[in-house]
Amino acid sequence: MKQRIPLIVVALFALWILGALVPRRDREYAFGAFGRLPVVFNGRLQPFDSLARNSLTRIREKETANLEPAKAWYESPKIISATEWLLTVMTRPEVADGWKVFRVDHPELKAMLKLPEPNPPAGEDGKHYSWNQFGENGLKQIEESARNIQENKKDSSLRNAFDNATLGLYEAMTLYLRLKNTIHPQDTARFAAEIAEYQKTIPAGVKAFQQRMTGSGPFDTNALTEVFGHAERFFVTLRGEPPLLVPPAAGGDSFAWQRMGEALLEPSFGAPLLKHLMRVPKAELPAETVAELIRTAGTRPLPPAVGHWAAMADTFRESQTASFNAAVADYTAYLESLRLGKALVKTHREQRYNGFAPFSKAAALYLVAFLFGCGFWFNFAEWSRRTSLNLVRLAFVVHTLGLIVRMWLEGRPPVTNLYSSAIFIGWGAVGLGLILESFWKNAIGLAVATVIGFSTQIVAHNLALGGDTMVMLQAVLDTNFWLATHVVIVTLGYSATFVAGFLAILYVVLGFFTKVMTADMGRSLSRMVYGILCFATLFSFVGTVLGGIWADQSWGRFWGWDPKENGALIIVLWNALILHARWGGMVRERGIMNLAIFGNIVTSWSWFGTNLLGVGLHSYGFMSGAFTALMVFVASQCVLIGLGLIPQAKWRSFSKASAAA
Amino acid sequence: MSNDVPASHPLSMMSKVFQFLSSLRLTVVLLALGVAVVFFGTLGQTSDGLYVAQERYFRSWFAYWTPHGSAFPVVPLPGGYLLGTMLVINLIVAHFTRFQWTWAKSGIFLTHIGIILLLLGQLATDMLARESIMSFREGETRNYSESAMDFELAVMRSTGSNDLDQVVAIPASRLKAGAEVRHELLPFAIRVKEAYENARVRLRAPVMDSNRPPAASQGVGARIVIDAQSATRTMNDRNVPAAVIELAGTSSLGTWAISGELKSQTLTAEGREWRLEYRPVREYKPFALTLLKTTHETYPGTDIPKNFQSRVRLRHADTGEDREVDIYMNAPLRHGGYTFFQYQMGKEQLTDGGRGTSALQVVRNPSWVTPYVGCILVGVGLLVQFLLHLTKFIARRKPRAA
Repeated sequence: MKQRIPLIVVALFALWILGALVPRRDREYAFGAFGRLPVVFNGRLQPFDSLARNSLTRIREKETANLEPAKAWYESPKIISATEWLLTVMTRPEVADGWKVFRVDHPELKAMLKLPEPNPPAGEDGKHYSWNQFGENGLKQIEESARNIQENKKDSSLRNAFDNATLGLYEAMTLYLRLKNTIHPQDTARFAAEIAEYQKTIPAGVKAFQQRMTGSGPFDTNALTEVFGHAERFFVTLRGEPPLLVPPAAGGDSFAWQRMGEALLEPSFGAPLLKHLMRVPKAELPAETVAELIRTAGTRPLPPAVGHWAAMADTFRESQTASFNAAVADYTAYLESLRLGKALVKTHREQRYNGFAPFSKAAALYLVAFLFGCGFWFNFAEWSRRTSLNLVRLAFVVHTLGLIVRMWLEGRPPVTNLYSSAIFIGWGAVGLGLILESFWKNAIGLAVATVIGFSTQIVAHNLALGGDTMVMLQAVLDTNFWLATHVVIVTLGYSATFVAGFLAILYVVLGFFTKVMTADMGRSLSRMVYGILCFATLFSFVGTVLGGIWADQSWGRFWGWDPKENGALIIVLWNALILHARWGGMVRERGIMNLAIFGNIVTSWSWFGTNLLGVGLHSYGFMSGAFTALMVFVASQCVLIGLGLIPQAKWRSFSKASAAA
Repeated sequence: MSNDVPASHPLSMMSKVFQFLSSLRLTVVLLALGVAVVFFGTLGQTSDGLYVAQERYFRSWFAYWTPHGSAFPVVPLPGGYLLGTMLVINLIVAHFTRFQWTWAKSGIFLTHIGIILLLLGQLATDMLARESIMSFREGETRNYSESAMDFELAVMRSTGSNDLDQVVAIPASRLKAGAEVRHELLPFAIRVKEAYENARVRLRAPVMDSNRPPAASQGVGARIVIDAQSATRTMNDRNVPAAVIELAGTSSLGTWAISGELKSQTLTAEGREWRLEYRPVREYKPFALTLLKTTHETYPGTDIPKNFQSRVRLRHADTGEDREVDIYMNAPLRHGGYTFFQYQMGKEQLTDGGRGTSALQVVRNPSWVTPYVGCILVGVGLLVQFLLHLTKFIARRKPRAA
C-alpha cells in the first residue's frame, strides 16, 4: 500500500489540475464570452477578463468581488466574478456604487473618511467600503490629500504608511472612475437612444460650426449648441483616459484602437480637432491641419463597433439575458470579420490562463510537497519522500507551463519585470532543487525546491497587487535578445545564490535545533553548497557581463555604476570571495555556510534593495511594503548567521559525532 | 625554502612581501573590501548623485562613506583605483609564485587573465572615454558635439572667407576670479573680475535692484544681474557658469558679463568685429549629421514610451560617405570611432515651428573592445573549470550508484 501512496496522491492532484483546465460554460449571462472580448488598456491588447481581474486586484486585493464582505465564508456571502463586476460598473454604475469593494485598512484614513467600524449585522466588516460610503465629501478629501502628498512629498521615500494608503485609495478611485466611463458617460440611461439623438443633431450642427469657424455668414446657434452638448459629454469621458474599446474598422494592430469618446466624436467634429480647440496640452495642431479638419467635419461615419457596444450595454442594464448574450455573439462575429482573429485567440488564451492561475496552483502543490518532505525527516519513510518528489515534479510542470504561456502571451522572454523575476527565480530554484535531489535522494533538494518555490510565489503574489503584471516595456527594454540573455542568466544567478543560502540555512537550523544532522549529511550539504556556488558564480558573472555588453551596445558604456549593475557585481564578488576563502582554507564547513547565508542578504539587496533607492535605470520607486519585508528578511538572515557562529559543541547535532570522532 | 636565510635578511623580507602579495588571504580581503566599496558607492548615489559618487568611490584611491545628514565621515574605505591595482598585483604575483601551471587549472588561469583585462580595460575607459551631446532640431546640421558639463569662452573673429570663424576657446577652468588670459590671436587681454561655477542671469529690475549695480558696463551685461547658485550634483541638472570679465587692449574695452545662458555678444576692437560666447565645450568631427525626422511613439492610450527614433543623414567629406541612418534605443550609429545613441527627444512649441528636437549622446571609447575580450576569457575559464569539477564529481559518484 505504502508504495502506491506517491502515485495516488500525485494522481489526485493531477486530476485537480486537469479539472481546472476544463473551460466552464456560461450558465445565464455570457460572462465567459464577454470576458474574452478584446480591449486595449495599459498599452496592450487584453481580454476584458484581465482588465476586470487586474482592476479588482488593484481595488480590493482579490480577483473576485465579495458583495457581502461582512459575512463569514460559511454563511455563503454572494461572490461574483470580476467580469460580472466590471460589466455592472460600466453599464449600471448606480448599482456597482453600492457594492463594498474598496479595501481600506489604514485606521487614520478610515477616521478621516468617517468610515463605519466593523459591525457584521449592519453589513460592515471594517475593511471594505462602497463608493457611496465615501460620499462626495470623502471623494474630495481623498483627492485633495493625494494631490497634497504628490506635490509636497515628491520623493516617494518621504511618504509614510498613511500617505501611501491615501495615494493607493486615490489611484483605486481614479481607476474606478475610468472604468465607469468606458462604454458611455456614467449617467447614460439608454445608450442606443442617446447615440440616435446625437446623430440627428449632427448635419445642422456641423454646418453651423463650419460657418462659425470660417466666418462665412450667420450660423444656427441652436443647432450648434445642441450638437455641442452631446460632443461635450463624450469629450468629458476622454479626460479620464478610459480603456480603448473600439477597434479600427479596417482591422490592424492595437495602435489604431480608439476610446469610445473618440469613436463617438468621429461623425461630428473628431477628437483631435476638439482637443485642439479646447486647448488640451500637447494636442495643438498646425493651422493647415485645423482648416482641413474643419472642412471635413461631419463626413466620417460612426465606427460600427459603437452600435454593438450600445446593444451590449443596454441589454445588460435591462437584464435581458438572451438579448445580451446574442449581442456579445454578434460583436464577436463582427470582430472576426475584421480579421482580428489573432487578437481573439490571444485574449481567449489569456482568459484561460487567468482562470487556470498556474502559479498559485504550483504554490499550493509546493506547500503540500513540503509537508510530505518534512514527513520524510521525521520517520525517514521513503514513500513520503517519493510523494513529495512527485508533487514537486508535477508543480514544476505546471510552473513551467505557466511561464511558457506567459511568454507566448507577452511575446517576451520570461523575465520582464519584478513580478516575473520572482516567478522565474522560484522556477530556477525548483529546477536546481530537483537536480540536487536526483543526486542525493535525501529530501534536501526537495526542501530547497518547495520552500523557495512557495516563498517566491508569495513575493510574486504581493507584487501582483499593483495591477497588471504584463505591462508594456519601456523603449529601452524593448529588446528580446538582451532580455533573453542578460536578464534570464542573471536571474538564474540569483536563483542559485538563494539555493546555496537556503542549503546553508538548513545546515544551521537542522544542526542547531535537531539531531537529524550527521557528519555525513553535513559533508554532503557542504558539497552541495560548493557546487551550487560555482554555478552561481558562473551565472551571475556571465549575466552581469552580458548586462555590460547590452549597456555598451545601447549607451556606449560598458559599466555605468548603476545601482542594479552594482548589485549584480556584489553578488559576483561575494560568490568569488566564498570560493577563494574555501580554496585558501580560511573557512571550513560552518564558515562556508555562514558566508552562504550572507549571500541571501547580498542577493535580496541586488534583487529588491537597489530598486528601492530611487536612482538609476532600474528604479521602480520606493515601496514601503517591500522595504519592510526586505529589512525583516535581512534581520532573519543575521539571526541565522548568529546561530551559525555558535560553536558546534553547543549544537544538538554534530556535538556527539565530533566527540566520537 | 628560505630556511638558510636569516630572518632579518632582505631576501626573506622580499619573499614575505611576495607571499603576502600573492596570498589568497589578500584576495579574500580585497573581495570583501570590493563588496563594501560597491555597496557604499551605491548608497552614496542617493545623496551625491551618480557622477559625484563615481568620482568619490570608484575613481579614487581612498574614500569614506558619510551617512545622510551626518557631519562626520563614518566608514573609511579604499577607493576603486586602490582596490583594482591591488587585485591586479595580487593576481599577477600569485601566478608567478604560488600558481601551478597545469591543465587542470587552465580554466582558473584564463579566468584570471580575463579579470586583469577587465580591470585594465575599465581603467583605460576611465582615462580615455569621452562623452558629449549632439542636439539639434529637424533640418539642422551639426559637425560638432557639446560637453554636458564643461564650458568654454569662445572669442570669434569673422575672417570673411567662406564664413569661417577664427575661434579662440578658453576653458572655463582658466576663468578664475583674478586670472588674466592672453592669446597671440587676441588684440586684448581678458581679466576675470568675478567667476561663478553656477549662476542664473536675469534682467535687472531698476526699482527692486536699486542697490545692485548692473553686472557689467558693456553689452547685455549693463542690463542684467547675476545670481550665484550653489553647485548642483544631480544628473538632470547642470551647472551653468557665469563670469564678469574686463577686456583690455590698447585701451580698456569695459567689463562684460558672460554666461552659459546668454547668446553671443558683439564688440569692436582694433577695427574688427568680435563675438563673445560662453558655451559648452565643443568637439568638432570630420563629418556632419543632419537631423531629418524624429519619431516618438507611445503605447496606445498611455504615456509609456515605445520608441524614440532619429533619422539622420551622415555626410563624411573625406570618405565621400553620404547615407541615411535610423538611430533608436538599442540601435546606435557607430562611425569614425564615435558612437551616437538616442538620448533625449522633444518638440518645439508650435509657435516656434513645432519641429521635433533630438539629442544624441556621443561616446568615444578607444578601449571599448577590452571588456568583450576579458568577458569571453572569464566566461570560458569559469565554464572549463566548473565542467572539470562536475565531470570529476560525477565520475566519483558513478561507482557508488552502480
